[in-house]
Amino acid sequence: MSEQSLNVLYFAWVRERIGLPVEDVTTSAATVADLVEELRGREERYAAAFADTSALRVALDQELAEFDAPLAGVREVAFFPPMTGG
Amino acid sequence: MIRVQAMPFDAGGELNRFAAEVDGAGAVVSFTGVVRDVAGGLEAMEIEHYPAMTEKALGAIRAQAVQRWDLADALVIHRFGRLEPGEGIMMVATAARHRRDAFEAAEFLMDYLKSRAPFWKKEITRDGAAWVASKADDEAALGRW
Repeated sequence: MSEQSLNVLYFAWVRERIGLPVEDVTTSAATVADLVEELRGREERYAAAFADTSALRVALDQELAEFDAPLAGVREVAFFPPMTGG
Repeated sequence: MIRVQAMPFDAGGELNRFAAEVDGAGAVVSFTGVVRDVAGGLEAMEIEHYPAMTEKALGAIRAQAVQRWDLADALVIHRFGRLEPGEGIMMVATAARHRRDAFEAAEFLMDYLKSRAPFWKKEITRDGAAWVASKADDEAALGRW
């Protein structure tokens, strides 16, 4: 798969652990899980934030998605813990 | 109507306005969520959200409620930012011809807001700050719909 540029957002403790709210990521990852693997390999803070993906949720272009979802055509990826609204 | 705001809201005033604007609804139900200091020592609640997704998610949840129950209207207000104990976090109001629709739709909205709207709560106490963990019960509550 060819490279694409993604706007990657982090919220709540994921944002705190990684240390930034948003970044541009150029990647050839085919799925969310591939992207997570790539980010984990970057630095310890990413490895810590993505250590347990069962504790995380992901949204693709502002819609909740699964970790095996493809990234083709996606512009924005957001990672966050389970939501606690209400 | 959906409103996402940092400003406090007046739950009574909102409810009166909502009720006055729905025609022919014999039943109006409302729920207001308030910051509570359960363990003692809570100084504030900080609510983070995902602006680009929030209104979209709330709109989709509201649309589901309107489609599923016979509602005249539904209102959702949710705040973000720093809130002190006693302040309103959010409110929902539903109006219908019959009370069962109004009650059930309000509960549905609440259940979905808890775990499908992109908000995250952080409790600031005298001893430090901690993110509020999601509860398995809240996720399980979606199962009944």
